[in-house]
Amino acid sequence: MAWIHKLWIRLRSLFRRGRFAKELDSEIQFHLDELIAENVDAGMSPEEAKYAAMRGFGNSTWLKEETREAWGWMWLEQIGQDVRYGFRVLSNKPGFTAVVILTLALGIGANAAVFSVVNSVLLKPLNHPKAEELVALHQAAPGAAGLADFHNGLLLSPSMYFTYAEQNRTFQSVGVWITGTANVTGLAEPEQVRTAEVSDGVFQVLGTPPEVGRWLSAADQIPRGSETVMLSHGYWQRRFGGDRAVMGRNIVVDSRPREIVGVMPKGFRFVDADFDLIRPLAFDRGKLNLAGFGFHGIARLKPGATIAQANADINRMLPIWMDSWSNGPGQNSHIYEQWEITPMIRPLKQEVIGNVGELLWVVMGTIGLVMLIACANVTNLMLVRAEARQQELAVRTALGAGWTRIVRGLLVESVMLGLMGGAIGVGLACAGVRFLVTIGPANLPRLDEISIDARTLGFTLVVSVLSGLLFGLIPALKYAGPRPSLALRSAGRTISVSRERHRARNLLVVGQVAMALVLLVSAGLMIRTFEALRTVEPGFTDAQHLQLMRISIPYSVIQEPERVARTQHGVLDKLAAIPGMQSAGFVSEMPMEGFEPGWDEIFIEDKVYSADLIPPLRLYKYISPGFLQTAGTRLVAGREMTWSEVYSQQPVVMISENLARETWGTPSAAVGKHVREFSNMPWDEVIGVVQDVHEKGLQERAPEIVYWPPLVRSPFVPVVRTVTFVMRSERAGTEGFLNEVRQAVWSVNSTLPLASVRTMQEVYGKSLARTSFTLVMLGIAGAIALTLGIIGIYGVISYTVSQRQREIGIRLALGAQGGDVLQMVLRQGAKTALVGVAIGIAAALGLTELMRSLLFGVSPQDPLTLASVTALLILVALLASYIPARRAMRVDPAVALRYE
Amino acid sequence: MGKPSDLVQGTLDLLILKTIALEPKHGWAIAKRIQQISCDVLQVQQGSLYPALHRLEQKAWIKAKWAETETGRQAKFYSLTAAGRKQLEKEAANWGRLSSAINLVVETS
Repeated sequence: MAWIHKLWIRLRSLFRRGRFAKELDSEIQFHLDELIAENVDAGMSPEEAKYAAMRGFGNSTWLKEETREAWGWMWLEQIGQDVRYGFRVLSNKPGFTAVVILTLALGIGANAAVFSVVNSVLLKPLNHPKAEELVALHQAAPGAAGLADFHNGLLLSPSMYFTYAEQNRTFQSVGVWITGTANVTGLAEPEQVRTAEVSDGVFQVLGTPPEVGRWLSAADQIPRGSETVMLSHGYWQRRFGGDRAVMGRNIVVDSRPREIVGVMPKGFRFVDADFDLIRPLAFDRGKLNLAGFGFHGIARLKPGATIAQANADINRMLPIWMDSWSNGPGQNSHIYEQWEITPMIRPLKQEVIGNVGELLWVVMGTIGLVMLIACANVTNLMLVRAEARQQELAVRTALGAGWTRIVRGLLVESVMLGLMGGAIGVGLACAGVRFLVTIGPANLPRLDEISIDARTLGFTLVVSVLSGLLFGLIPALKYAGPRPSLALRSAGRTISVSRERHRARNLLVVGQVAMALVLLVSAGLMIRTFEALRTVEPGFTDAQHLQLMRISIPYSVIQEPERVARTQHGVLDKLAAIPGMQSAGFVSEMPMEGFEPGWDEIFIEDKVYSADLIPPLRLYKYISPGFLQTAGTRLVAGREMTWSEVYSQQPVVMISENLARETWGTPSAAVGKHVREFSNMPWDEVIGVVQDVHEKGLQERAPEIVYWPPLVRSPFVPVVRTVTFVMRSERAGTEGFLNEVRQAVWSVNSTLPLASVRTMQEVYGKSLARTSFTLVMLGIAGAIALTLGIIGIYGVISYTVSQRQREIGIRLALGAQGGDVLQMVLRQGAKTALVGVAIGIAAALGLTELMRSLLFGVSPQDPLTLASVTALLILVALLASYIPARRAMRVDPAVALRYE
Repeated sequence: MGKPSDLVQGTLDLLILKTIALEPKHGWAIAKRIQQISCDVLQVQQGSLYPALHRLEQKAWIKAKWAETETGRQAKFYSLTAAGRKQLEKEAANWGRLSSAINLVVETS
């Protein structure tokens, strides 16, 4: 109770300060009046009595202030005074104020924008209930050659999923999923949609409830049971206008009717995958074997379970998996021990973010450096200002202001500047975020979640106040610090400026140059990376004249494998008749297109394999005759297959150059040799060797590839039903051309939808998006840093020159030549720049290591980049000093000395 | 409650609390009373009374009310609160201990 009463008293004295002050006046007046009256009674004259009373009472102004201090709000009142005073001072110099606020607004705005991206993408938890329990069942398999080569590691097989789901001790639930495509017919035009296929458990893991209807349940997972499907929010809106009555209705997916049972809410994704439809995987347990490593595993940890425990749990279950399943009679189930499968479970968020984390932190660090450089520039401006204000400060000191009070006043001013810059900066950040989202790499995860939220605003506030303190503290301490004042000495006109007074400014410029060097080196490294990527031969040519489209022929439309191949061949013939078409072919997937390629064990003739030694996995693709020529993939040796070989199912195959070299030494030695896919199949003859192709992007090593004809004698995939048609034409990408392409396809079969219609250039550009995004960001930051650096050097040198005018005048009067003066000033500029460059190089050598993963074909310590950036900076520093140096040279000794 | 006041300030606080313990008084009367009782030995600069009064008010030991004086003028009258009465007892006891201790030291040595 007592504290409430005291709080009440405190607040009363805060909000009724004005009335209190008046009451205090009348209270003291009453006291004085009584004192005067007493003195008059004692026989003094009224005049005498008044003065005696005032003497006896003491300094009433001081006492009133003391009393106000007793109310406990003096600090607030003083800050209020400082703020008002600050406003007056700042509005007196609108030019200076505007420059400072704009500089800060740019810096803070850029920081806020990038932070909002970092926050939304990296820091915020995923949009699922209790998202911290979610993990991705990632596995490494160093012994499985190519399979674990890419960032997916070794995916799960269905039998692994069943083992993990049923035998685990650390998960609440486990599920697997994959993405795919499906044809939806009967709604409007036939349409190819993106699908997610999920096992039981996936929804339980993610925990996000459906927007309408229900999840796919365990009952939906029964093979050949009820046929059900769920919709994404977007597809539901697009196709059904968000109509709830659509629940229970059937849609035709891949020619089979499926009942719609639910809709997932807006923004819901499977890890990072967007989709239109969700279908149950419906594994047939009785037909599963060990293999089939094609499914992404996710799980929800039990409360309190750690990732280490979960890893140990998977390790325990791997032998159980090998014991419980087999690849068929007579097969050794433990051959997978050679793969050294190692669980590497990681938080689901990390899986979603992928490798974009490093990129974003590098950009954040870069923008932070730009902010520091901007602060250094503002500090320089503030130092010059403080110098000019010395007299004002001296007057205030002489009038009794304590140095703490003056420092506080100056800091209040600079924090005000920071806050105003921050306020404008938030506005810029809003625009900047929109800009970032549009230029951001297309594969930036969680793009739709990026927004300016409370955390970003808080960050901006902290940056604003901190930067205000940062650039305010140096001038404040330097000019208002406790020291025997220079006092009111007349503006120091005749005082020659000591080295010491320039030290702070020089240090700032050194820092600026050093930071600019780091940023320019990073930008330079990205340019070199870009150049290096451009020299990589991707395995196709002239990407902007390559038109791509995906066509899938489902079993329900055409059953017989040969008729599928004949239909695809028919489409090719129709396409070839289009005016301007140079050639056309198809392939199971183009490089960098983002579709998962197939992997299989490839047996080589003359090599001995035992039950315990399995051949390494190779990537395989299906290509049509004519594809290589269309894509511009060079034939290194041998020949291409023909359509008659395809239809007569001749045992022919083509392989990549690196596979040929690895196995037989030279490409030509490989021609005529034999390989096969399964140990019990006849051998296929290698008829051609094909140039290496960078399947997963220019930065990744080109994998060894086996090319099958589209029609093969495999019992599993006798024909490839979903292929990318590739057309070479000068007209690629134009509307008229695409119309003719559509007509050509539909003239063969009118139910076939066209999907992923784009040119190879778009695919190629996307694979370079990460690099070009980083390049643009670092380029912008480097340019800003360079500009600010030039301004910094120019400002300091020209200020020094103006301060040393008299000294230079004396030198010239004593016989120094103009050239000597020029040299002297240039030397000063060069010296500052050299120190900065030296520090910058040291910093860059360490810091660029952080961006190693973003680089390609260039070392983070690339000497060429370092040398050219160093040369550039020194040259720029000399240029920036040259202008003030010329001015110094032209100083007229007579004028300079006239005022002495 | 609160930090231990230093000797001089604490003494002035004690004098004020003691002076208004019997009845509410305004600043002028408190100054006069202290002067009278101490037979003019304690010459407080009268103005310094006011910061002290306002400090005690902030600590909720005394409260103030505007009222008419016997001469018919408006003045601010200070009186003790319950917390102030407790504080007075504590400070008086403290003072008693301190002064007798000093006495003891002064007289025996």
